[in-house]
Amino acid sequence: MIMSYFPGCTLKTKGKELDTYGRKAAEALGFTLEELPDWQCCGAVYPMAKDEIATKLSSVRALVAARDLGQDLVTLCSACHHVIKRVNGDMKNDPNMQLKANNYMGLDVPYTGETNVLHYLEVLRDRIGFDVLKEKVVKPLTGRKIAAYYGCMLLRPSKEMQMDNPENPTIMEDFIRAIGAEPVIYAMRNECCGGYVTLENKDFAAKKASAIMDNAKNQGADCVITACPLCMYNLKENGGSDLPVYYFTQLLAEALGVD
Amino acid sequence: MQRIGVFVCWCGSNIAATVDVHKVAETLAKEPGVVFSTNYQYMCSQAGQEMIQEAIHTHKLTGVVICSCSPRMHEGTFRKTCAAAGLNPYMVEIANIREQCSWIHKDMAEATEKAVILGRAAIAKVHLNAPLTAGTSPVTKRALVIGGGIAGIQTALDIADAGYEVDIVEKKPTIGGKMTQIDKTFPTLDCAACILTPKMVDAAQNEKIHIYSYSEVESVKGFVGNFHVTIRKKARFVDETKCTGCGDCTTKCPQKNVPNEFNLGMDNRRAIYIPFAQAVPKIATIDADYCTMLKTGKCGICSKVCAAGAIDYQQKDQLVEEEYGAIVVATGFDPISVEKFDEYAYSQSPDVVTSLEFERLMNAAGPTNGTLLRPSDKTHPHTLVFVQCVGSRCDGDGRGKSYCSKICCMYTAKHAMLCREKYPDTDVYVFYIDVRTPGKNFDEFYRRAVEEYGVHYIKGQVGKVVPENGKLKVQASDLLSNEQIHIDADMVILAAAIEPDKSARPLATMLTASMDTNDFFTEAHPKLRPVESPTAGIFLSGACQGPKDIPETVAQASAAAAKVLGLLAKDNLTCNPCVAQPDEMMCNGCSSCEKVCPYGAITYSDKEFRGPNRTTLIRRVASVNPAVCQGCGACTVACPSGAMDLKGFSNKQIMAEVDAICK
Repeated sequence: MIMSYFPGCTLKTKGKELDTYGRKAAEALGFTLEELPDWQCCGAVYPMAKDEIATKLSSVRALVAARDLGQDLVTLCSACHHVIKRVNGDMKNDPNMQLKANNYMGLDVPYTGETNVLHYLEVLRDRIGFDVLKEKVVKPLTGRKIAAYYGCMLLRPSKEMQMDNPENPTIMEDFIRAIGAEPVIYAMRNECCGGYVTLENKDFAAKKASAIMDNAKNQGADCVITACPLCMYNLKENGGSDLPVYYFTQLLAEALGVD
Repeated sequence: MQRIGVFVCWCGSNIAATVDVHKVAETLAKEPGVVFSTNYQYMCSQAGQEMIQEAIHTHKLTGVVICSCSPRMHEGTFRKTCAAAGLNPYMVEIANIREQCSWIHKDMAEATEKAVILGRAAIAKVHLNAPLTAGTSPVTKRALVIGGGIAGIQTALDIADAGYEVDIVEKKPTIGGKMTQIDKTFPTLDCAACILTPKMVDAAQNEKIHIYSYSEVESVKGFVGNFHVTIRKKARFVDETKCTGCGDCTTKCPQKNVPNEFNLGMDNRRAIYIPFAQAVPKIATIDADYCTMLKTGKCGICSKVCAAGAIDYQQKDQLVEEEYGAIVVATGFDPISVEKFDEYAYSQSPDVVTSLEFERLMNAAGPTNGTLLRPSDKTHPHTLVFVQCVGSRCDGDGRGKSYCSKICCMYTAKHAMLCREKYPDTDVYVFYIDVRTPGKNFDEFYRRAVEEYGVHYIKGQVGKVVPENGKLKVQASDLLSNEQIHIDADMVILAAAIEPDKSARPLATMLTASMDTNDFFTEAHPKLRPVESPTAGIFLSGACQGPKDIPETVAQASAAAAKVLGLLAKDNLTCNPCVAQPDEMMCNGCSSCEKVCPYGAITYSDKEFRGPNRTTLIRRVASVNPAVCQGCGACTVACPSGAMDLKGFSNKQIMAEVDAICK
């Protein structure tokens, strides 16, 4: 199984672990992530303005490239996934966006949202299957109590992201079970980490992040996992907790014995 | 040639303000066949009706066209008027110049022109009308009530009281419904069981009432006055005629870990059980999903301890056929699942409960014997937060319902008040969007909760509940002071929206009764016929039609009973004469009509016809049972040879109307 892969800027710099272990684990699970040629930044933030077209074009280029290769497009970073998936939705459903983007791009075959955008976790759940993953685990993380941290980007808005129930998600918990550990359910798992607010109001971001880390710890977690480099930064730097934070791919690779 | 009278109604200013009624009457007077044309302020008034009758006599009218409101409103009225003057009621046509003309137009010239055209079409149709005579069909003097909650019980008692036989079909092992689980009732705070259980016993002891408990309606055939219903009596593995309800089996059964649905799974029951002490009928039922004997064939303890020898592991579902004249739907409601609202942490903490669960926690027969204890550690809670509108008035996000569930404001006030009264050391908060308490003594009740009992009502919604260190950290907004509030609560109680019972949708299909998008049964008219379904012979009782509290439910239940009695008191029903009729000479026997008929009114049979040269031909042709046909017209469109026609709405009549409009 070969899939197009969009790593995103942060995964090449600050968030290398998310990327490296994700690729290694993929190979161990029998699917190849083929990095898109000449990919650009996803745009980093999904613009809410209806007439904001230009900033979405870099995502469209990635989507078109995957379409031309005839492959699904896999993402790892929550933020990239959020932006690319929603831009794809626009290209599918918003005629104005479709017209203007296609006019600008001047493609031989216009793009109308054909590419299937999958998050790595969705590949594990829907393509590989958590039961199959469980069988492939060589070093199950037995006894570990892991708190899944979803953040905002991965699940919301649920109508567009279509990944899981945003208020009561299970995909990461099922993943944790598959690698042999015990998931810790805690209420703050889908609250905001503080996001970019940390740049101008560090106190506020610290309040948000520490509420999450405290809640996870109080519910008995021995570590927190995330799929987002920005969440990783906030939880680690602003969380004020001794609880370790990992990318989910790090633990996946560990369980598969490929680190 | 018909002699037609035209009567143009002003409907006060409803029509006359937009349509020049004088001009309409004058113009239509020139139409062929029209011998009399007039206009009047209120044609439906007694004076107006007398004017029509007088014209029928004076001008020897053979057809009448009334330009007025929708035929749904007054067709029946004017048919009666004309019938009383000796005219066949089916010689009356209504031109709707109100809903379809004056109400939707602003320009008088335009509206007047349209009114004339509509009148002309009706005149063209009357020219082709033929007198129709309605047949009759007998009425089975027995009613079926589906659902044995307070709505069904009240309807059944009222019908039985008038001397008619009535059966209740209840899917649970006992009648009583949701009200059995309620502790106290607003606004009087009388005990629900004390007012309900005597009614349950009355129903059981009434000779005219037969209760099919643990049973479901399997199929419904027939039509008003003549329903054939198949009832599935589910196997309860206990002989109803032998069981005395002593309860020995329910204490000896070794399977102790079955979630007790009566207490919403907050405690356990045995695999053989009687739902609660006052159950009616008081008969044990074996839960086949949990019974070791039924699953593995090893156990049989209940059979050994039963002195009456009532246990029967071989019992099978039983199908019973019954005939009814009327059917009352009383399938009730259920709280929605709050799974999609996990910002309130319902699935994370046992101390977050729904209002119905809270009701059981306050009830003397509940899992805590009436002492309010936190489910997690069985301690006394000090701070309680009630969240209203969980899933009610929920727009757009697809999680909840768009409507107001109507009962939550009152029961939440009740819970808050009872809590403060019983445990004065508690702090009680209620978060609301609006407090809606219309109803007799309702607002006074809510005010008492605030003013006498010191319940903290806060306008705003809860955003997040975080279970941590044995507390529930509630984060909410106070919209009046525009502040974020944090409360460390011991319990959070969710007022979940209510929705129709899941069985309602398949039942509606069986009954061909219409539903709205929320699966509530639709009434025949939202104001004037609130307890009847548009499908003849089907009546609505209680929350299956919309959210309702107990007083409203009982009122509707009795109203439905009154409507049923009006039907059962008749020996015969007048059928609708506007039914389908095939032209046998044109019918080619293709069965298209039979396939599309939703009422099963069409059958095919071989008939002899005279062929050329004194030969006899046998041909397969359609025939319509006029008592079953509802005149929907589906067959007339499906028929490829044009053999099927609807009396009163023949293809020729419709085409004449179209021609008149296009002239």
